[in-house]
Amino acid sequence: MNGAKIRQHIAFSVLGVLTLLIVVPIMLVILYIVINGAGAISWEFLTAAPRNGMKAGGILPAIVGTVLLVIGTMLFSLPLGVLSAIYLVEYASDDLFTRMIKLSVVNLSGIPSIVYGLFGFTLFVLLLHLGTSILAGSLTLAIMSLPVIITASKEALESVPFSYREISLSLGATRWQTVRYCVLPYAIPGVLTGTVLSLSRAAGETAPILFTVAAFYLPRLPRSVFDQVMALPYHLYVISTQVPNIPLELSFATALVLIALVFLMNLVSIILRAHYRKKRLW
Amino acid sequence: MPRKIDESTTPSFARLRRLAADVFVSLRWLWRKTSEPVIEFCIKISGLAVVIFVFLIFLFLLRDSLSLFRHYPLRKFLFSTEWLPISEPPTFGVVPLLLGSVYVTAWAIVICVPLGVGSAMFIAEVAPKPLKHVLKSLVEILASIPSVVLGFLGIIWLGPVLRNTFGVPTGMCGLTGSLLLAFMALPTIISISEDALTGVPKTYREAAFGLGATRWQALWRIILPSASSGILAAVMLGIGRVVGETMVVLMVTGNAPVMPKSILQPLRTLTATIAGEMGETVGGSEHYFALFAVGIVLFAITFSVNFVADLFLRRARK
Repeated sequence: MNGAKIRQHIAFSVLGVLTLLIVVPIMLVILYIVINGAGAISWEFLTAAPRNGMKAGGILPAIVGTVLLVIGTMLFSLPLGVLSAIYLVEYASDDLFTRMIKLSVVNLSGIPSIVYGLFGFTLFVLLLHLGTSILAGSLTLAIMSLPVIITASKEALESVPFSYREISLSLGATRWQTVRYCVLPYAIPGVLTGTVLSLSRAAGETAPILFTVAAFYLPRLPRSVFDQVMALPYHLYVISTQVPNIPLELSFATALVLIALVFLMNLVSIILRAHYRKKRLW
Repeated sequence: MPRKIDESTTPSFARLRRLAADVFVSLRWLWRKTSEPVIEFCIKISGLAVVIFVFLIFLFLLRDSLSLFRHYPLRKFLFSTEWLPISEPPTFGVVPLLLGSVYVTAWAIVICVPLGVGSAMFIAEVAPKPLKHVLKSLVEILASIPSVVLGFLGIIWLGPVLRNTFGVPTGMCGLTGSLLLAFMALPTIISISEDALTGVPKTYREAAFGLGATRWQALWRIILPSASSGILAAVMLGIGRVVGETMVVLMVTGNAPVMPKSILQPLRTLTATIAGEMGETVGGSEHYFALFAVGIVLFAITFSVNFVADLFLRRARK
């Protein structure tokens, strides 16, 4: 072995160690939460309301709250995101306005989540009089999820071969008919993958819902979209910092449920992606 | 004599049905003629929506911050080294919070850039294909862990560990936040650096090999410099991510809005200040508006960081 080979060996080993320094903590974090949290997970924990100042009982209202917020977020962000991606890919010409939209998407994705919280609070809670409610929280989370959905939808639309559009247009279809029947059906799996991914982020976010929807302690299920709800990430924040003497295993179990929910959504998106790759026509 | 039926006034079932069919057909015709412009209008409005949102966010932050500066001097906000929102009279100096953010971010970046770029190099150039897939999915798993979970782990595990290691009075300090934030910024840095490294044209590598370079020499002297724009973009986006992260710093950095002197003491960032104090303010008070002013400082920082990152990304694509 000459000097260069030895140096390569050393360098690659260093890179491997750096990678291990990342991989090991990731696995430790997951294992730590699973091991400590699994013991407290029971049927009651998943299906009962919290009791005794959150020191006992379950977390059902928080689970329901998070699920409702995710659904609400999807209702607002999916149509808006897909339509604006359609605009960018199929309609926009390369002018100043289009560049402004693209720059806005980049900036929107960089805005800190707490700033979304402030914005949602002033616009939806105060100005539009929605109050701290599921509606206000979903709208805030929806705006936050937009950039990811737009980017993913854009990529999905762009991956549909250009010839599909040419053929449809040459047969006399209008622009919208082309998009509706020849582009969108092939882009939908990609759109859904991105959407589920961004929704899983929204499910885990705490800062945007702090002032727009999250309830500190509300041991009943919401009755309308104008109700406050508890939410899993905020509940974990509350029981690990705001309320003293909460049994630690309850916090671990809440963290585990939250992580499981987020992973489940990620899994759905991975399965969608795999399914989509198999059925690809080009 | 049969009675004559006046057809024009007597409604019969058949006539009603014919009418309904006609209404249906004309509605369908109307829909066909108008749906396309309606939908295209919706598409254009949606395209505009993103611009409107960015504009509105900026506008609302600006409006409420300006309300502060009507009563409170801007110079004091920008240069005072004290953040005492509930003393009498209150002082709203953004410097300690800004420095808190700078301290935490700088340390997080120092920790995560070598780790992230190093493992991106490993994933892109060294790891065999199956290992590559495993590593990439692990990084995706890390990206999906909610920040509040990491904050929780910081409180019950990392904080106490650091307290014992460094012998400081509390583990709820800047370094705990930096370590967790470094961990959170890794997926961004790894995936964008890896894209940049694999995006370098194959011919560069082949030319290097043809001249007798080893894989490491090709990686270190040819591929890494060629991917530098993309890697710089990754670092900038990582900084943006770290500066804007809220829950972890709120939970583990000790919430002390004082001038930070060391990373091992409690401090507070811009984001944590907004999240921690918003719930305690009275709407329309000076304190309330001051938090929006903090928000606009934060907005300006992340806006410029992302703008620079975008410039680098654009250069990388060329």
